[in-house]
Amino acid sequence: MRREPPQNIGDYAPLLFPAAMLTVFFVVPFGTMIAVSFFQRQQGGFYMPAFVFDNYGRFLSAFFGGVLGFSLMLAIAVAICCVVLALPFTYLLTRTARSVQVIWLVALLSVLSLSEVIIGFAWSTLFSRTAGITNVLVALGFMGEAKALTPSFGAVLTGMVYQALPYTVLVLFPALVRLDPTLTEAARTLGASPIKAFFTVVVPALRNTITATLIMVFIFALGSYLLPQLLGRPQHWTLSVLITDQAIYQSNMPFAAAMAVFLVLVTLGLVALTVIAGRRGEAA
Amino acid sequence: MSGLVLQKVVKEFGVFRAVNDVNLDVPHGTFVCMLGPSGCGKTTLLRMIAGLDLPTSGAIRLDGEDITRVPTHKRNLGMVFQSLALFPHLTVGENIAYPLRIRKAPKEEQKKRVDELLSMIHLAGYADRPVSKLSGGQRQRVAIARALAISPKLFLLDEPLSALDAKLREAMQVELRQLQQKLGITTIVVTHDQREAMTMADTVVVMNGGEIRQAASPIEIYRRPADSFVADFIGQTNLIEAEADSQGRATVFGQPVAGLPLPPGAARATISIRPEDVHLTAPGAGALNGKVTFVRDLGGTIETFVDVAGRQIVAVSTPRARPEVAVGQPVGVALTPDVCVVLGK
Repeated sequence: MRREPPQNIGDYAPLLFPAAMLTVFFVVPFGTMIAVSFFQRQQGGFYMPAFVFDNYGRFLSAFFGGVLGFSLMLAIAVAICCVVLALPFTYLLTRTARSVQVIWLVALLSVLSLSEVIIGFAWSTLFSRTAGITNVLVALGFMGEAKALTPSFGAVLTGMVYQALPYTVLVLFPALVRLDPTLTEAARTLGASPIKAFFTVVVPALRNTITATLIMVFIFALGSYLLPQLLGRPQHWTLSVLITDQAIYQSNMPFAAAMAVFLVLVTLGLVALTVIAGRRGEAA
Repeated sequence: MSGLVLQKVVKEFGVFRAVNDVNLDVPHGTFVCMLGPSGCGKTTLLRMIAGLDLPTSGAIRLDGEDITRVPTHKRNLGMVFQSLALFPHLTVGENIAYPLRIRKAPKEEQKKRVDELLSMIHLAGYADRPVSKLSGGQRQRVAIARALAISPKLFLLDEPLSALDAKLREAMQVELRQLQQKLGITTIVVTHDQREAMTMADTVVVMNGGEIRQAASPIEIYRRPADSFVADFIGQTNLIEAEADSQGRATVFGQPVAGLPLPPGAARATISIRPEDVHLTAPGAGALNGKVTFVRDLGGTIETFVDVAGRQIVAVSTPRARPEVAVGQPVGVALTPDVCVVLGK
């Protein structure tokens, strides 16, 4: 369906409501946060309007830089794990019968309905020494004695991948369903084994979808602050944890705001880089 | 023996038999068209030859080797799909080079072969274009070139020309046939277009209900159809019931027709007469008499619809070889025994 472009002011009327909602609930709070990030902090948890860069200055230390680096690394790791796991899974899922697809998708949606807290405690139980999965491995004779797998980086990663995987599958699903199944058949008649066909045809043909999914999971994982605390050690805490800590427990709003703004900028920068790299790859 | 052999091939989808006990010999270098209405099992048969579907039972041999269970990618064949299935993320050249790249051919060799194939399909210099920028006919050629890149033993095409407009389709049929003759490659095309099959094939295989109804040269299929399905499916025909009278002579609509051979001992049979073999005469001069019900004058040919004893017979003639008759006038119909084909059951 093709529509004419808006001719006069009146044609923009349908946009008014969403624009107003977006302004009130997104632009204004975000603007406030940016403003607060330049405010001067006062003893006792208050702050006064000012225009100082102290908050950003404080951020540029090895400690906060390290936390920022870890947060980004964790989010990237989660995004890559999710896509690597979800892509073959979703591809095989789209080739199964409709009834099987429905069962899987309902199961994935029910994972989405679990709260982050439940997921965190469930995994911390599963990774514990007394009641965890290592006991099963011991019973099966694969391990000598049960041990705790949490807190650790692996536990944080597992919990976050578990949480983000349903989103990843649901984002990839429509694109994979639309993919012409004769493309892989053609690759097979041309001499590619099914696995080779997957990597030389399905993956490259879905390059843009995969990039978009990576970005989505990356941003989703960047905001996570509960699971790193439940399943990790303090060195596995993300910037979001520190922001919460500063905002709520240290009552340092300006510094928390500055970190949040910095996180947004770094995220936007990375996303822009990915998109530009994708464009260049397409042009080449 | 050399070539493709199908032995008692059966394919079942649940309780439905898509292909039922098919036997077929395709000698090396022949061009076979599998023809039939949709759902007759021709595409399923092609997919089994390609290895994309496995037969429920039966064997497929290529040059004496049993390939029934050989996976598709080890069969060294070329296949053109109805959707063409060109890879959207690759350029024209990369698409054609794909089977060579998969087989890890050296880069220079790939490039040389791609240039060779592009000039064969009259698209030299198109190697770096994205496939989305090509016209329908050009994509068609690229799909053909890609399938032929490794000089396969077997060239399979599934309704390859159905997406093209009528004029381009006719041109591509001739081109495809000439290409096949030049390369001498064993080729199997699935089509529902009988004109396409007549144009290209050495052997036409007419299928219906999962079975081969007749496999023969196009002209044999046209002149000597095996049964009423084949006669009706290939071109236009008049199907007439003939009966034997008390003296064993063949009669049509109660009028004896001299020289019409009925199978010995048969009381009745169906006869097929092509419209161009039906000659109109003055009333009373032919074997049958009828009345003209409709005339379709196409300029080059004229189709005359004649009602004979309640049955319709169509005659096609050139304007000069036809008595001047108009709708409603009586007319005679001549039946020459040697153009009447007595069909099997």
